[in-house]
Amino acid sequence: MAVVFDKPHALSPVPFHYCPGCTHGIVHRLVAEAIDSLGIEGDTIGIAPVGCSVFAYNYFECDMIEAAHGRAPAVATGVKRTNPDKIVFTYQGDGDLAAIGTAETVHAVTRGENITIIFINNAIYGMTGGQMAPTTLPGQVTTTSPYGRNPIVQGNPIRVCEMLSTLDGLAFAQRVAVDTPAHVNQAKKAIEKAFKNQIEKKGLSIVEVLSTCPTNWGMTPGDALQWMRDNMMPYYPLGVYKDVDAK
Amino acid sequence: MSNKVLMKGNEALAEAAIRNGCIYFFGYPITPQTELAEYMAKRLPKVNGVCLQAESEVAAINMVLGAASSGVRAMTSSSSPGISLKSEGISYMVGSDLPCLICNVQRGGPGLGGIQPAQQDYLQATKANGHGDLHLFVVAPASVQEMVSLVGRAFDVADTYRVPAMILADGALGQMMEPVDFDAALSERRELPEKTWATNGHGGKRKKNIVNSLFINPDELEKSVLERYQRYAKIEENEVLYEETMVEDADIVIVAYGITSRICKSAIEMARAEGIKVGLVRPITLWPYPKAALAKAAETAKHFLVVELNMGQMVDDVKVATNCRRPVSFFGRTGGMLPTAEDVLAEIRKINGGIR
Amino acid sequence: MTTEILLAGFGGQGILFAGKQLAKTAMHEDKCVSWLPSYGPEMRGGSANCSVIISDKEIGSPIINRPDVLIAFNLPSFDKFESKIKSGGILIANSTLISTKSTRDDINAYYIPATQMASENGLEGGANVIILGYFLKLTKLFDYDKFVDLMVAGIPATKTKLIENNKKALKLGYDYN
Repeated sequence: MAVVFDKPHALSPVPFHYCPGCTHGIVHRLVAEAIDSLGIEGDTIGIAPVGCSVFAYNYFECDMIEAAHGRAPAVATGVKRTNPDKIVFTYQGDGDLAAIGTAETVHAVTRGENITIIFINNAIYGMTGGQMAPTTLPGQVTTTSPYGRNPIVQGNPIRVCEMLSTLDGLAFAQRVAVDTPAHVNQAKKAIEKAFKNQIEKKGLSIVEVLSTCPTNWGMTPGDALQWMRDNMMPYYPLGVYKDVDAK
Repeated sequence: MSNKVLMKGNEALAEAAIRNGCIYFFGYPITPQTELAEYMAKRLPKVNGVCLQAESEVAAINMVLGAASSGVRAMTSSSSPGISLKSEGISYMVGSDLPCLICNVQRGGPGLGGIQPAQQDYLQATKANGHGDLHLFVVAPASVQEMVSLVGRAFDVADTYRVPAMILADGALGQMMEPVDFDAALSERRELPEKTWATNGHGGKRKKNIVNSLFINPDELEKSVLERYQRYAKIEENEVLYEETMVEDADIVIVAYGITSRICKSAIEMARAEGIKVGLVRPITLWPYPKAALAKAAETAKHFLVVELNMGQMVDDVKVATNCRRPVSFFGRTGGMLPTAEDVLAEIRKINGGIR
Repeated sequence: MTTEILLAGFGGQGILFAGKQLAKTAMHEDKCVSWLPSYGPEMRGGSANCSVIISDKEIGSPIINRPDVLIAFNLPSFDKFESKIKSGGILIANSTLISTKSTRDDINAYYIPATQMASENGLEGGANVIILGYFLKLTKLFDYDKFVDLMVAGIPATKTKLIENNKKALKLGYDYN
């Protein structure tokens, strides 16, 4: 019988712990597919964050390191600087990358560390149970912005791709989503490119994936996808923010 | 003429690290340790190493974590306030069983404190350099030569037992120059275990490795801590270092480490000239602590005097090691002030008056 | 025998360099030696000092409280440390910048207008080495030629002008009466 669908080799044969409807699973698969298609599993070291994807070290078949909250880009720097020919990626959420780890992120980018960052933006802290994230939208209700995020009180959200694109060390930044088959295909291409750039030693590549958190948003998976389209996409437009190849 | 060179403690330590195979350094400038990073910045590119000035102390220790995960010898250095910042990463490295070298060239505290020599991080270094049950292998050099000779020891112990090691120095040792003989420091080598746990790409030849300090199930976490404490027990059994000076006949035994032990040696010489029988136990490893040596000294000594550049952080360790069999006095200066040998001598005379 | 030498002056007067020359020479004579500088923001245009201890036996404290020799390069250093010199000790003062004289009768005080001598001889910044020369003559702590050799060895051979100037400065100080 012909196999028409299979698990990528780089994805471990274990069940995910993610909530139903969570988009982490799709993104994990896309990362694993990229590793498979580039044939780099044996040369790859992944860095897991703190947050919902904290167990990512169990889900990829390459060597994995679990970093402290926000420190993944610094850990990745240490790995890459001692193994310049290996492939190093971090997988981070919004709180990890854009709040507690902002400094590590910005400086890894500006140094042009030749690594790949997969950034999951779902506008909320998932693991700790729905607190305000640096990317929580104005007006969005979370457990720590129970009356809706008020920029005067809680500050404004950060647009990560836009911010990082001002830095010279960045090779590639694209914001994608995984809400439709077309968008998933686009995301797959972006993630592959982000790894390929590293193989070709172009510098730091980041792919920001707009994601949902049905559990903490308090929505069905379908409603969550629609909420993301209606609310997040206008604030965080999809697209390529930087591409050194485009010049 | 021997192979001696005149070097600053900070620079000599850096050179010793390189000679012990550490060519990866991640740090952040802070007085009084900066020469160490500067030396690395100059030398490491010439030996195909990496010296990276991180964006923060926090990032620096996490870069060390990443490098150590690759199985290489890596180090960072800082001074007191910077070490506090590194505590997070140090705890993660302990939890991930990663060897590395952390150098603390202590300055006065708390807070921003000052920049003059201090030993105010003793408790932090020996008891709680981060959250969780943890220990580092902590050595306290007392000379520039020891800044060199203890580097190899620290890396070897770190690699043998998969624990971070710390060199607890101070501003005086970091800044002062003394003759150093690098060849003499390299004499003893030990067989080190292969780093089969390293995350440097499995290459399709082995199962994947995971470097991790997360154990969400408490029974697993407990098991991992207990296993680590078995290694700690071996370190306590095998890796204690100390120096004794004229302890056998001493009525008063001074306990002092690092730069302070030298001031005490000068004081002991003066006291002996006056006929007061004083000796010195100098802990070289602060963790593991030389408990047995102190217990033995307590059999013959009448009084202990702890001298430190802090408010008496080591006193309890001496009391515990000697089982409170003898009185333990304390003398110290803090905040970056150093006592003179005469100051210590005055304390010795005071105690001696009491003994008689 | 142990000799404790305290060198003190403004940052930029070459205090640390001068101290290092003494320490290096002592090391090459297989003496025990320690060199401890002041450090930190006070070095930025403020006062700088360094403690050099030379001994036949292991050195205990590297800190000098009562120097055998004080080399004072400026007035604040003279004011701060002159009273600390051991009885029977030596003061060497840069009289260009130190107008007062020691009133102590239990020390041997020597004065040399080193800064003035340096500028008169086109040796700007060479006052430290001039004083070293004078120190060598007064203390006879080291052989002059050996000291010169070691000092020159520490300067890159391509810097011929610098080597010449340092030799000249040392000689000026050594010959000063």
